[in-house]
Amino acid sequence: MENIIPFLLSLISEPGLSGFEEPVRRKIADQWTPLVDELSVSPLGSLHGLRKAASSDPSPSLMIATHMDAIGLMAKLIEDGLIYITKIGGVDPRILPGQQVTVHGKRDLPGIVQMLPDRLLDEDQKGKAPAFERLFVDTGLEHKDLIKLVRPGDLISFAQTPIELNGKHIAGHSLDNRASVAALTVCLEEIRNFNLAWNVLAVATTREEISLGGAKTSAYGLRPDLAIVVDVTFAKGPGTNDYRTFPLGGGPSIGTGSDNHPALTREFISLAEEMDMPHDIEAMPENSGTDGMVLPVTANGIPTVVLGLPLRYMHTSVEMAAINDIERIGRLLARFITQLKTDSMTTLFEEENV
Amino acid sequence: MTSQTSQALRINKVQLSLLEELTNANGVSGDESEVREIIRKKVAPFADEIKVDAMGNLLVIKHAQTPGAMRVMVDAHMDEVGFMIVDQDGDGLFEFVQVGGGDERQFISKAVVVGRQKLPGVIGYKPIHLTEKKERDQRISMESLRIDLGPAGKDQAKRGDFVAYATRFRCSGDTIFAKALDDRLGCATLIELLKTVPQNIEFLASFSTQEEIGLRGAKVAAYDFEPQVVIAVDSTPAYDFSRPDGSENTQYNCKLRGGPAIYLADRGTLSDPRLVRFITNVAEEKKIPYQYRQPGGGGTNAGALHLTRGGIPAVSISIPGRYAHSAVMIASVSDWQNTLQLLHDALANLSPAVLEEERP
Repeated sequence: MENIIPFLLSLISEPGLSGFEEPVRRKIADQWTPLVDELSVSPLGSLHGLRKAASSDPSPSLMIATHMDAIGLMAKLIEDGLIYITKIGGVDPRILPGQQVTVHGKRDLPGIVQMLPDRLLDEDQKGKAPAFERLFVDTGLEHKDLIKLVRPGDLISFAQTPIELNGKHIAGHSLDNRASVAALTVCLEEIRNFNLAWNVLAVATTREEISLGGAKTSAYGLRPDLAIVVDVTFAKGPGTNDYRTFPLGGGPSIGTGSDNHPALTREFISLAEEMDMPHDIEAMPENSGTDGMVLPVTANGIPTVVLGLPLRYMHTSVEMAAINDIERIGRLLARFITQLKTDSMTTLFEEENV
Repeated sequence: MTSQTSQALRINKVQLSLLEELTNANGVSGDESEVREIIRKKVAPFADEIKVDAMGNLLVIKHAQTPGAMRVMVDAHMDEVGFMIVDQDGDGLFEFVQVGGGDERQFISKAVVVGRQKLPGVIGYKPIHLTEKKERDQRISMESLRIDLGPAGKDQAKRGDFVAYATRFRCSGDTIFAKALDDRLGCATLIELLKTVPQNIEFLASFSTQEEIGLRGAKVAAYDFEPQVVIAVDSTPAYDFSRPDGSENTQYNCKLRGGPAIYLADRGTLSDPRLVRFITNVAEEKKIPYQYRQPGGGGTNAGALHLTRGGIPAVSISIPGRYAHSAVMIASVSDWQNTLQLLHDALANLSPAVLEEERP
């Protein structure tokens, strides 16, 4: 497999906020073009890559969903040279002061998120936690110039440049979930020279952070027989150590419960064991908080499993992922795909249906 | 006032790339050597004498061409606020504390570099998904933050390593975005002055250390120089925002693009009124935009410098900057140019006569 790091770095150097994924979709499409037989874009903007089964007879199909959209900000009000903001997706306002951003106005403008200094605030407002009502983006432009370039509704994306740590970990914005897109790309490379019994639908979904609308509509359109979701999960880190968290670099988590079909959970655990791949079981008692929430309940139902890629500092501009986790998930997906047979829809579920 | 014909100074690519090099370098208070070496190389062609004193101050002299010339010291501090590693938690996580003033609300979700080896790291925070609403209404405490070098960074940093923000310089139109503009803008200004100032004065340039932790370099920098006048060149906050309730902002300190901010009084210094009057007159005569910084708290190295030996008449002139002591500051190219021009023209016209004037 070729080195995935440069591709991942390019993915997290792009904006691509939920519903506005074109910059990152283009990057993914370029990377996938030599790896798939067909590429298309859904009406809502998901990218579909089809790797065809070897047989010309109708073959079952597997969808692998990795969302490509990112959280970010949007201009809400422009006043006195400053852009007041709201959020797209889940953003803790306390991570925002001093954050470098790009304002996508008539042209892209550099800016920083900031808040008023305490000295300008009433006594009872001083020293408080940053809140959206009090946060703004400063582009350094004077008001008269700013209003010519920026309007309410303009997107604002994180501009943190990617950080390589020791060559083993990457930090930056939007690793949720571009790290999983990279893992899926590793998988496509791994299966490149295999004849496949199944059609494989690699899907970079849109709008996960807002509505899960990309996965839901793509699954309806593609009607796969099985689905796998790869999304980030919580890595252990400062203040983050309970049962919902997994070691960074400790391998994928395999979902169990709710969105996960028990047969697929079991299959992935046994594959990981066969491969001697470190992994964890992620308890998802009610839902996975991923595209996996909609896939099993699309059309007449699609058996689904959710694989988690451990990530520190999720939904900040310095999310951190381990390269070896990305590669492991790519290899695990490839193993699953290459051992699929035309009758797997029966054999996989035999034990479950006894 | 007799007036030297003045040279129009411009901030162009050369000056911006100098500022880029200076702000991308790290010099947390007490660890200024990287910045000092850059400055030493830049000033060497223009300096008659260069020395580094016991506090790490870089002291540069450019002699006057006329005998009995006035001894004028101009100071800018090299250091910036940052952090220090104090303990290791394992798994590449390190406890850290502040060096210099800062607001912990600014530390979260930032890229940093650690130690002389410049190890890349981040200061992250727990995912929003794992926080409660009432928790999000509370400030994040310094104690809950860690610098993370990644699990492979275990044992890579050690106690006492200095940490700086990893912010890279950027200029867009008239706006400069960078870390440490407080006070690398001052350093860059001094370097430009060393290149351009007429040799009517004994020019004593001090690039000083440890300003942010108590004006410590400046406490000794003026001793050997024995200047007759001292000017501190620093960065001062522009708080020129609308207040949330729409009432008049009477505490703006200074305004971005309002020109060089001349100090009258701050926590540490009452500026010498004759110097204030002289510099104001130069600005008026040369039609250089300027503003008076609102008198009040805050301070510059002048606070230490003017108390050296038997006392030295002093004034501070600062370049307005927003969001001092955070990962990214904003400053204006035109403010910088006007500050450089005002200092240049003031120095070119400065003579002992200014201090012979009556005090008000």
